[in-house]
Amino acid sequence: MMPLLAVRDLTVTFAAAAAAAAGPVRVVDGISLDVMPGEVVGLVGESGSGKSVTLRALLRLLHAAHIGGRVLWKGRDVLAMPDHELREMRGKGMAAVFQEPTAALNPVLPIGLQIEESLSAHTTLNAAARRRRAIELLGEVGITDASRRLGAYPHELSGGQRQRAMIAIALAAGPEILLADEPTTALDVTIQDQILALLLRLVADRGMGLLLVTHDLGVVAETCDRMVVLYAGRVAEAGSVADVFHQPRHAYTDALLRSMPGEGTARTRLAPIPGQPPSLGRPPDACAFVPRCGYTNPLCTEHRPPLIEVEPGRASACTAWNRLPARVPS
Amino acid sequence: MTAALLEIDHLSKRFPLRRSTLDALRGRPRPMLQAVHDVSLSIARGEAVGIVGESGCGKSTLARCLVRLHEPDSGRIAYNGADVLALAGDQRRAFNRSVQMVFQDPYGSLHPRQTVDRILAEPLAIHGVPDAETRIERALDEVGLGTGFRFRYPHQLSGGQRQRIAIARALILEPQILLLDEPTSALDASVQAEVLNLLDALRCRRGLTFVMVSHDLAVVTHLCERLMVMQRGQTVEFLSAPDLAAHRVTNAYTLSLMHASSGFKRAAEPGHLEPLS
Repeated sequence: MMPLLAVRDLTVTFAAAAAAAAGPVRVVDGISLDVMPGEVVGLVGESGSGKSVTLRALLRLLHAAHIGGRVLWKGRDVLAMPDHELREMRGKGMAAVFQEPTAALNPVLPIGLQIEESLSAHTTLNAAARRRRAIELLGEVGITDASRRLGAYPHELSGGQRQRAMIAIALAAGPEILLADEPTTALDVTIQDQILALLLRLVADRGMGLLLVTHDLGVVAETCDRMVVLYAGRVAEAGSVADVFHQPRHAYTDALLRSMPGEGTARTRLAPIPGQPPSLGRPPDACAFVPRCGYTNPLCTEHRPPLIEVEPGRASACTAWNRLPARVPS
Repeated sequence: MTAALLEIDHLSKRFPLRRSTLDALRGRPRPMLQAVHDVSLSIARGEAVGIVGESGCGKSTLARCLVRLHEPDSGRIAYNGADVLALAGDQRRAFNRSVQMVFQDPYGSLHPRQTVDRILAEPLAIHGVPDAETRIERALDEVGLGTGFRFRYPHQLSGGQRQRIAIARALILEPQILLLDEPTSALDASVQAEVLNLLDALRCRRGLTFVMVSHDLAVVTHLCERLMVMQRGQTVEFLSAPDLAAHRVTNAYTLSLMHASSGFKRAAEPGHLEPLS
């Protein structure tokens, strides 16, 4: 089966700010990943690992950056598309839900109008049909009393409802892939589960692919089929969620999972990863995790370990991939 | 238990919901939301108690009632035997000083246009505490930041550093009780570990009492010896952390909560994450 979305060696480079004398900053450095129909893929990494930039690059929403590599949507290269095809692809091919619904929604327009805006751009429905469709969409994302809510302004909705409205807008043109950038991070933790459940239901109902960007490993464990772990703009490892959690194949993932509290850790000191994430200014030709890593060997600093398939469905860019301990399942 | 530091007795809190103008004119009563219903909890000095539950179960409302950010409708809160709800003037101020709160979102809880110095000086000024200079430096040291952070603004700090400032602000008044409302849920996994280590170390060093509100059972059982499970405003079950670790759970709701947060396995059916109630 052909992937809906295939990303190959994606790079994103920003020209350095005028004030800093440093050279261009490569924020995303050769990321590859696939999303199949009906699949939920988690793109995980800590702040500054390049996950949000990757997601924006897929839709060509970054204007100040140079984007390299290939982004194939059903075999068509998004990065080489002429503008009219790009406009068609955004919305119908891929649609995005962003982290902060308050900032992403227009505060002075009722949400019904914002949904209909997307419908008029991508469908041939007339005004009455657009209104009906907007009501259906609001119902589909779980906003009750949808016909009355069409006229509501963003400030009249709760945070969770605003994110639901955002999802309705993203769904309006019937996308095949939904890109979600930390869709629950700005929400009260108690609303998170509802929004994630909604996204999973939509994926199942519509057979969409979902690329979920998050820093929260708990969210990944609960919602994703496969996960891609980013560190300093590169893929550290990739695999099915159960495999990665039970047997990490990269020293960074191993350290990350160890820092989580779990059963049997009551009142013992947790093990945070020592040191700070690297600055992206000038990546050395070595594994970026070396200064914080407990498994370093001379190979790691000689040249950067490439991402290789270490077992079927598992890729790792770590020289210690076969020396990491398995984790005891809870 | 005789030496309870904080005693919550049959506490209830309701919030009025909106009613239409027509209903108001007809004199219909306001619909009410029962956020906390008849909750009792006794917390001993030096203990760490977790309050867990899902969406809208009333755990945050309960915590806010404890510091009187909400006034409860009925019930009693006793601190060191004194009725908290009847405190006024200097006594209330003294109570406020001894119970401090750390909020979920360090991006929202720190004033964006004040320096760390001013953020930390404000509680001292409110309570008329002398030696602001040395106290601020000590507080920064204690949360592992050092005085180099003193004149920075929140936007110059990472999420973990901001949460450390929020903890420093709560501790600078030398409280007895720290009320933690989801203190790490906005943080990266590794940073969460740092902040949890810090909280545990501070608790040991200062003999603090913790009341921690969280939806994350792993975080709660890491820090707390005892937990109270809430559902729809009511107490469902009391558990010790070892009980939970050994899965000695009797209540069906607690069980489902435990399964929901055990992670690892993706739910077989996507509907799994639907709210439990």
